[in-house]
Amino acid sequence: MSNLTENQKPMRNELQAGRVRSAWIFLSPMIVVLLIVAAWPLSRSVWFSLTDASLLHLYDAKFIGFKNYFKVLHTDSGETLYFGVLMDKAWWNAVWNTLRFGVVSVVLETCLGMAVALVLNANFKGRGFVRAAILIPWAIPTVVSAKMWGWMLNDQLGIVNDMLIKLGIIHEKIAWVADANYSMIAVVGVDTWKTVPFMALLILAGLQMVPGDVYEAAEIDGVHPVKVFFKVTLPLVLPALMVAVIFRMMDALRIFDLVYILTPNSSQTKTMSVIARENLFDFDKFAYGSAESTLLFLFLLVVVTLYIKIGRVNLDGGVQ
Amino acid sequence: MASISIKNLKKSFGAVNVIKGIDLEIKSGEFMVFVGPSGCGKSTMLRLIAGLEDITSGTMEFDGKIVNALAPSKRGIAMVFQSYALYPHMTVFQNMAFGMKLAKNNKDEIKTRVGKAAALLQITPYLDRLPKQLSGGQRQRVAIGRAIVRDPKVFLFDEPLSNLDAALRVATRLEIAKLHHSMNNVTMVYVTHDQVEAMTLADRICVLRDGYIEQVGTPLELYETPANIFVAGFIGSPKMNLMTGKFASPYKAHTIGVRSEHLEFVTKGGWAGKVIHAETLGSDSYVFVDIGTEEPVIVRESGTTKHTVGSKVQIAPLKGKVHFFNEQGNSI
Amino acid sequence: MIPAWIKNTAFYAFVVIIVLQAVFPFYYAIVTSFKTGAEIFEISYYPRTFHLDNYYNVLFSGNGSFLRNIWNSVWVSSITVIVALFIAVTASYALSRVRFRGRSLMLMTILCVSMFPQVAVLAGLFEVVRALGLYNTDWSLIFSYTIFTLPFTVWVLTTFMRDLPIELEEAAIVDGATPWVIVSKIFMPLMWPALVTTGLLAFIAAWNEYLYALTFTASNDAARTVPVGIALLSGNSEHEIPWGPIMAASVIVTVPLIALVLIFQRKIIAGLTAGGVKG
Repeated sequence: MSNLTENQKPMRNELQAGRVRSAWIFLSPMIVVLLIVAAWPLSRSVWFSLTDASLLHLYDAKFIGFKNYFKVLHTDSGETLYFGVLMDKAWWNAVWNTLRFGVVSVVLETCLGMAVALVLNANFKGRGFVRAAILIPWAIPTVVSAKMWGWMLNDQLGIVNDMLIKLGIIHEKIAWVADANYSMIAVVGVDTWKTVPFMALLILAGLQMVPGDVYEAAEIDGVHPVKVFFKVTLPLVLPALMVAVIFRMMDALRIFDLVYILTPNSSQTKTMSVIARENLFDFDKFAYGSAESTLLFLFLLVVVTLYIKIGRVNLDGGVQ
Repeated sequence: MASISIKNLKKSFGAVNVIKGIDLEIKSGEFMVFVGPSGCGKSTMLRLIAGLEDITSGTMEFDGKIVNALAPSKRGIAMVFQSYALYPHMTVFQNMAFGMKLAKNNKDEIKTRVGKAAALLQITPYLDRLPKQLSGGQRQRVAIGRAIVRDPKVFLFDEPLSNLDAALRVATRLEIAKLHHSMNNVTMVYVTHDQVEAMTLADRICVLRDGYIEQVGTPLELYETPANIFVAGFIGSPKMNLMTGKFASPYKAHTIGVRSEHLEFVTKGGWAGKVIHAETLGSDSYVFVDIGTEEPVIVRESGTTKHTVGSKVQIAPLKGKVHFFNEQGNSI
Repeated sequence: MIPAWIKNTAFYAFVVIIVLQAVFPFYYAIVTSFKTGAEIFEISYYPRTFHLDNYYNVLFSGNGSFLRNIWNSVWVSSITVIVALFIAVTASYALSRVRFRGRSLMLMTILCVSMFPQVAVLAGLFEVVRALGLYNTDWSLIFSYTIFTLPFTVWVLTTFMRDLPIELEEAAIVDGATPWVIVSKIFMPLMWPALVTTGLLAFIAAWNEYLYALTFTASNDAARTVPVGIALLSGNSEHEIPWGPIMAASVIVTVPLIALVLIFQRKIIAGLTAGGVKG
């Protein structure tokens, strides 16, 4: 006897409903933790940027709106003075440093990474050894890298100066880390040394997904290797490359450790992260620093969103 | 054993309608085969019966009880997957026992039932092995064994033979047929794209295309009285020869069809043509004749053909073996 | 046409350059670490002397504070990774195997959180750490490191779990398995290589962390971790930088890491590319 008359509308399969319920239960610990550890502190940071908080007076901070960002003051003598992060030369200098660093290092790392990836993609004796060797710079903690290179780039005792003079490339010792003209080069150099392995590996993974018969067909057609690279390899590797580039760009824009340790207190290399922390803790301009860190966050948010929209990253590649 | 009653079943994935309105009665204990080209919806139908997919509209009843809302493990079904889907980290015994363990059956019962199923499929010596230590055919039997242990009312097969090589396929086909008999004729629903499997295993065949049923019937019914051109062309190998135009008009039909095995070579009064190709398989020969139709007509001959390529021949259909179709492609 | 032998030579020359530049800095740090105070003032390209003074200095002087730093780093990194993996396993099942409304949004949020500039939450975290009384304890670090270990482990595990065959899950469903049973009895046994990889990568990231360790621990060494310990190694006078001990400390800390990375290199590369290439 069919109970069709009881339920004209068939009920939703309890399997799917049950799975969705379980999914939310499974996600809840993560959501709770992220709320506590990320969402709350972030919103507090943003809040602090809108107050006059300081390290000693975190809790009796008063709301002052956007004055940390931009404040106009008309003095009695008729002058108009501008304050706030957005008018701070030091801040914009940091922004400029960050952008300079970001663009140059990512471009360098991508090109060199591509070169190394192409090498690793070729089949040659000792390939495994080379792949293991290039992991070493990546494995070394940033602090250690900074110290190691600080030592090698030391103007008096450093081996880099020694080598360059012996090779005749320079004629007198350069203070790589201290000299304003060279400090950014030092930072970019060390970062590139450290990151090329990572980029190379990501690009290599993309290269290895290119089916071999594409190259064989090109070989049969007698296409010049350089042309093969630009017309065949590069387009096929582009998706993986784009992912690698955006990950690196995001990391580069928020860099702190290397700059702080290798070139401390250098206005030529101070990035947005460094200057924000300085203001937060070293100078006890807590609210001011919060404003700077919030601006950095917004900046990165815009970059990520633009990338996801324009790159049409497929986040929902899960089981259909 | 359960009878399955499907009424006006529809299934869509988002905006895509995969099943467009199916009515079907599967009798208790029968071996029903869903067959059709890729994308016809046969796998989806199987998964809807299993409960692995939501039903968009319509009802499905097992023994008269609506099961739309029931989870697969509550429907009394068991399923054999195309890729066997054995748990790689468990032994054969553990694979077969898993369902019972989850249902909290006691250890002795589990041992008995698994033992019986293993004996039935002759896989008892493998009970302690891991799936990766078994061959494809053995894994397939373990997959069937796992399904048997569930003591299901309905047994579902999702193209189980596609991953096996040709010889193994024939042998396993026999095993499945024997299984049906030995399991008190439990209801079996079987999906395949191979019409030979369908013809040999089925009590009844359901031919699907594009989310609709084209025809349901016994293998012989589908062979002798296909409802339309699609079914006529799908069942039987090689494909039924179809002719239109001047060949069909004497029979007052838009299209006529004659199977290769129902054509013979005549000396006069037939359709004239030239032999363009011959395939000799030893037991039979297939002779391709160009009589002016779009595609060459294939004629089956017993043994080795004496007609050589290029020779002029005449062919004619056997009496009563011509199928007539109207403009819509339906049988008249 | 360029003859083959020139091409090959150029190729291998490039390979040699790649290997040399990768290995030399650390090699040089080792060489330096074996020199005594005076010898440091001479530049040498290969080891001429072999003294362990710097190592004794780093390990055993100063109340063994460096050893305590190492212990702190090990403890903090391990705990934070274990906690993250625990939460991430079930979360990534939900994100990779179940269709539900809001899944894309959740994935994008997780990606965004892992892109946070750490300094953006520094102020807020500082407040929480102080309010909970965690300042200058390792719990402050375990707490704050979760902000990057958790999204990272969820993201990588989700990518790995997506690759598990769906029929395996369906067979389990037909057998009557609930999602929890599927995760614990079917997926976990198959996922443990992925768990090892993800754990290792997260461990390395936590070990490496500098900003929070600098900000949330004070000058005594109770909770200080290795990166801060090395960065702040100071000499006898204000202007003397103890390069020898610094190099020794660096070698001590880096050798196990390099060993780990080399042993697990295949898994690490798989993990890095899973998170990166598949987007």
